[in-house]
Amino acid sequence: MSQPTTKASVNDFVVKFANVNGSGSASANNLFAKSILRMGIPVACRNIFPSNIQGLPTWYEVRVSEAGWLGRRGGVDLMVAMNPQTWDKDVASIDSGGYLFYDSSKPLPASKFRDDVTVIGMPITEICNKAYTDARQRQLFKNILYIGALSALLGIDPIEVEKLIGEEFRAKEKLIVPNVKAFLLGRDWAVANLADVDMRLKLERSGKVGDRIFIDGNSAAALGAIYGGATVCAWYPITPSTSVAEAYARYCKKLRTDPETGKARYAIVQAEDELASIGIVIGAGWNGARAFTCTSGPGISLMQEFLGLAYFAEIPSVVMNVQRGGPSTGMPTRTQQADILACAYASHGDTKHVLLFPQDPHESFEMSATAFDLADRLQTPVFLMLDLDIGMNDWVTQPLTWDDSRHLDRGKVMTREELDAGKEFGRYLDVDNDGIPYRTYPGTHPTRGAYFTRGTTKDRYARYSEEGPIYVDNMQRLLQKFETAKALVPRPVRTDAERQTQFGVIFFGSTAPAMAEALEGLREQDIHVNTLRLRAFPFDNDVDDFIADHAQVFVIEQNRDGQMRMLLVNECGVDPTKLISVLNYDGTPITARFITREIAEKVGVLKPIPLKKKVAR
Amino acid sequence: MTYLAKPRLHHPKLPANKLGYTRRDYEGTVSTLCAGCGHDSISAAIVQACFELDLPPHRIAKLSGIGCSSKTPTYFLGNSHGFNSVHGRMPSVLTGANLANRELVYMGVSGDGDSASIGFGQFAHAIRRGVNMVYVVMNNGVYGLTKGQFSATADKGSKSKRGVMNVDESVDMVGVALLLGATFVARSFSGDKEQLVPLLEAAILHEGAAFIDVISPCVAFNNHEGSTKSFDYVREHNEAVNRLDFMPPRAEITTQYEPGAVSEVVQHDGSVIRLRKLADDYDPHDRIAAMTYMQERQAAGEVVTGLLYVDPQPEDLHRNLNTVPVPLNQLGERELVPGAAALEQLNASLR
Repeated sequence: MSQPTTKASVNDFVVKFANVNGSGSASANNLFAKSILRMGIPVACRNIFPSNIQGLPTWYEVRVSEAGWLGRRGGVDLMVAMNPQTWDKDVASIDSGGYLFYDSSKPLPASKFRDDVTVIGMPITEICNKAYTDARQRQLFKNILYIGALSALLGIDPIEVEKLIGEEFRAKEKLIVPNVKAFLLGRDWAVANLADVDMRLKLERSGKVGDRIFIDGNSAAALGAIYGGATVCAWYPITPSTSVAEAYARYCKKLRTDPETGKARYAIVQAEDELASIGIVIGAGWNGARAFTCTSGPGISLMQEFLGLAYFAEIPSVVMNVQRGGPSTGMPTRTQQADILACAYASHGDTKHVLLFPQDPHESFEMSATAFDLADRLQTPVFLMLDLDIGMNDWVTQPLTWDDSRHLDRGKVMTREELDAGKEFGRYLDVDNDGIPYRTYPGTHPTRGAYFTRGTTKDRYARYSEEGPIYVDNMQRLLQKFETAKALVPRPVRTDAERQTQFGVIFFGSTAPAMAEALEGLREQDIHVNTLRLRAFPFDNDVDDFIADHAQVFVIEQNRDGQMRMLLVNECGVDPTKLISVLNYDGTPITARFITREIAEKVGVLKPIPLKKKVAR
Repeated sequence: MTYLAKPRLHHPKLPANKLGYTRRDYEGTVSTLCAGCGHDSISAAIVQACFELDLPPHRIAKLSGIGCSSKTPTYFLGNSHGFNSVHGRMPSVLTGANLANRELVYMGVSGDGDSASIGFGQFAHAIRRGVNMVYVVMNNGVYGLTKGQFSATADKGSKSKRGVMNVDESVDMVGVALLLGATFVARSFSGDKEQLVPLLEAAILHEGAAFIDVISPCVAFNNHEGSTKSFDYVREHNEAVNRLDFMPPRAEITTQYEPGAVSEVVQHDGSVIRLRKLADDYDPHDRIAAMTYMQERQAAGEVVTGLLYVDPQPEDLHRNLNTVPVPLNQLGERELVPGAAALEQLNASLR
């Protein structure tokens, strides 16, 4: 094989592991990523897994980036090909000049390799079979063995790996020694046998991670619910949201158990389905507890009727939607941002809902806590729009922060004292002219403040009425309330290019890190764009202004139909031709290369009329 | 239908209970159901039970689904918060409300369409979880608001008003409640207030999932010959296994009974249910036997009523979840928000 040539790349490459699901590779691959992180080098990890327990292909992609790019770059520099099922595709996906690492225990014909890729064979099965007699160990230690070899090839500090193994098995100490032994077995073999491989992907200790933490968005959102004062969680298992409820349970046990009595300051119900989950949330919200459910697309579909009730009867509730590929069962273990419209206008009749779009786990925590304040303040459902990429992958993210002077905003709740003092109570009376009425918790006062909650139309005093003007009055107030929400939700973040430009880019959610890297790629091609990262719906005026400021605005999304673009067209009343969709919806997280290429191509084609000329006409 | 206010004129000599409330304080607005509807009798029984138990009206929460039965919470307990939710989903809303504040009395009102068809799953799961509530099904075997379709509790072979025969098996809600672990199960008849009121009282003070199936004839669509949910049919086939007197905790027991004819059930809160046996071989403490008995009698065409099963020391959802005694909706920031220092520790563990 001819030797391909590429320049050395220190702390900047992509490693992809191709494994078989259920073979124990996940923890080994995680060990690989974390050891690099411990060397102070930022990594971005993405687990690409099937809806399956055992046997189907699964991949783990580790982006190593000294520069701190945390999105997917696209392409692969080193493929660790451990799955014969996907061999051909995996080999084909390696960038020219890259590396292929594989188990060479069984010989493969030359046709199975590529000339422009450096091939590194290691007889992993053979070594394992020689070293171990137990079948399970033979399988499991294969993974640790290749981590050992990679550590030698790439320059991972073995001390970091050994420390991590110690931490991992703190509770099962007798597993530490065999795992370290397997790691060193692989490492030593590589040192002895792979010394002449021309490895130009190198790791060097750095200090670029700083005080950042490594956490998945679902865990961060669960912690946000605890800090946001949520006491009731009702849920139904569904990928990729299940780990929100599991993390909430785990953290509650630690943070919400009464230290004296051992009793729980929270209640978690695994409901019979998503309908019951949201029903429980609405019942608890009605009764003055902060409550949430976590779900994904199919669950959102099932919750539609109840969401309309919560909107119309004005009951605080928080729905964490960890989006996956739709429609129907769709791609249950792949990522998309495809529930925007289903959530923004959830349920029959005229409805609009508050949506929050966190960009990473740090913001998932922050916005999760905020969601409960907004739900109480606005007395309406609030959606935390996560996705599988943020939710289920470990991200390097800013530490979670909490200001102890921050207070929970319980919204407009009339107290027994106020009722005693003769304050007028009408459940749907707009006293403050912001569309938000006062409510009472059940059981507040013996003779005042009780009302009947219903999904039917009612007057300002919660009395049933089908009178047209009364119905319209209520619906208009709900619109006004939504206007009020604009000032309360997180504002979008605008970042202007160093040079003046007529191009704008709107993006949101998990696209953020790939977008950040794409901007650099575009700058290198002398393409300059201003960006606006949406953080919530309803959109405030900053969004209208941003669109007005540019001749063309690219809207980057991870769905087929450009749902955010539709929402922008619908809600901001902009000329649809001004908004150009850039869409990635194959189920894998969007890459920087994809965004760069799409925008560069489109900018080349568009050649817009300069703004000034347009104004002059 | 429009909202009907009830005249606030009070009879000056209306008797008051221990809290000083009269029966009027437990009533709601004027019913808009058909004249003679069984549901109105059940509403009246609920009013009487709450009045006699000296319950502060605002400490009761009444929840319902959709349908004629689910409208009734407007007609009783006007000083209580009410929630008319969506069709078949009252059980989940009630469960959530109960989780938020364990101190209120939860009255779930539903019908046979609401609980045996669209909400069958939610009914089953709320019972399974042992939510502390009184779950009343106003059972008429028919969809009233949509004008006379069979419901899932209509007996096989019974005839609709238009003469159509029901060919589907019926859902026996009492059987399901027994099977799924309800700790208080009763059946009654809207036309038998003497039986229904003490049952409701005992169910309200029962600290677990209490289920009462109340046969409540629909005068508009299911009160004809050939129906098994008509007033005449139920009166003829009503086989009460017991009659009961209910004594709240610390009440003075005055009534005298013949020895051997009564048995007493002391509930967790100290209230006493005194059962006068009507069926010699019936033991309401034996869940399995109760199920067998019910099936046998039902096969013989009888409508078995009375207190069918009771566990005087029930478990409930809060106990199983080991929640704090303070209602969750009353916990403050100090109890709920772990603070910046705890978060810093968490951050440290994630590096």
